Amino acid sequence: MEMGRVIGSLTATQKDGQLEGLVLRLLQPVDADDCPVGEIVVATDSIGADEGQLVFYVTAYEAVIPLRKQPALTDATIIGIIDSMNIPSDGN
Amino acid sequence: MVIGKVIGNLWATRKDEKLHGLKLLVVQHTDLQEQLKSSYVVAVDAVGAGVGDLVMVTTGSSARQSELTAGKPVDAVISGIIDRIDVGQ
Repeated sequence: MEMGRVIGSLTATQKDGQLEGLVLRLLQPVDADDCPVGEIVVATDSIGADEGQLVFYVTAYEAVIPLRKQPALTDATIIGIIDSMNIPSDGN
Repeated sequence: MVIGKVIGNLWATRKDEKLHGLKLLVVQHTDLQEQLKSSYVVAVDAVGAGVGDLVMVTTGSSARQSELTAGKPVDAVISGIIDRIDVGQ
């Protein structure tokens, strides 16, 4: 899974029918220091994340597993909202 | 998924037989302000997209997660035509 910041959402009336009713979130992938890394990702949201929240998301074929309707044309799905992380800087 | 703009159609008479009947479009990736990037993808159209449409493309093995593309040699499918992008302030 990867970490990302929810920066917005996307509306697509004409889309894969299996994605109907799912929120499409815009994510900026971030690293452990919350710094942006890589390209913007559009992700289906199966847990109701809000804008600005730090989340983690599953990609590739597994992205469809959390969804009620399968199969579905998604390659990224938000599966958790991060409350906190503890990453000791000295690596212990 | 990634965001891109449909910039053209693609026809290939000689192609893998499993691709027959699939509409192929050329999509150029864009940023959130619709500025074109330098990367492209050939994608199967699953939603009736056309040249000029801003679209969402599902890639990788997830592209086979539809009746249209199940079991076919496809790793990019246009899964949505974008109406609006809302980015928080």
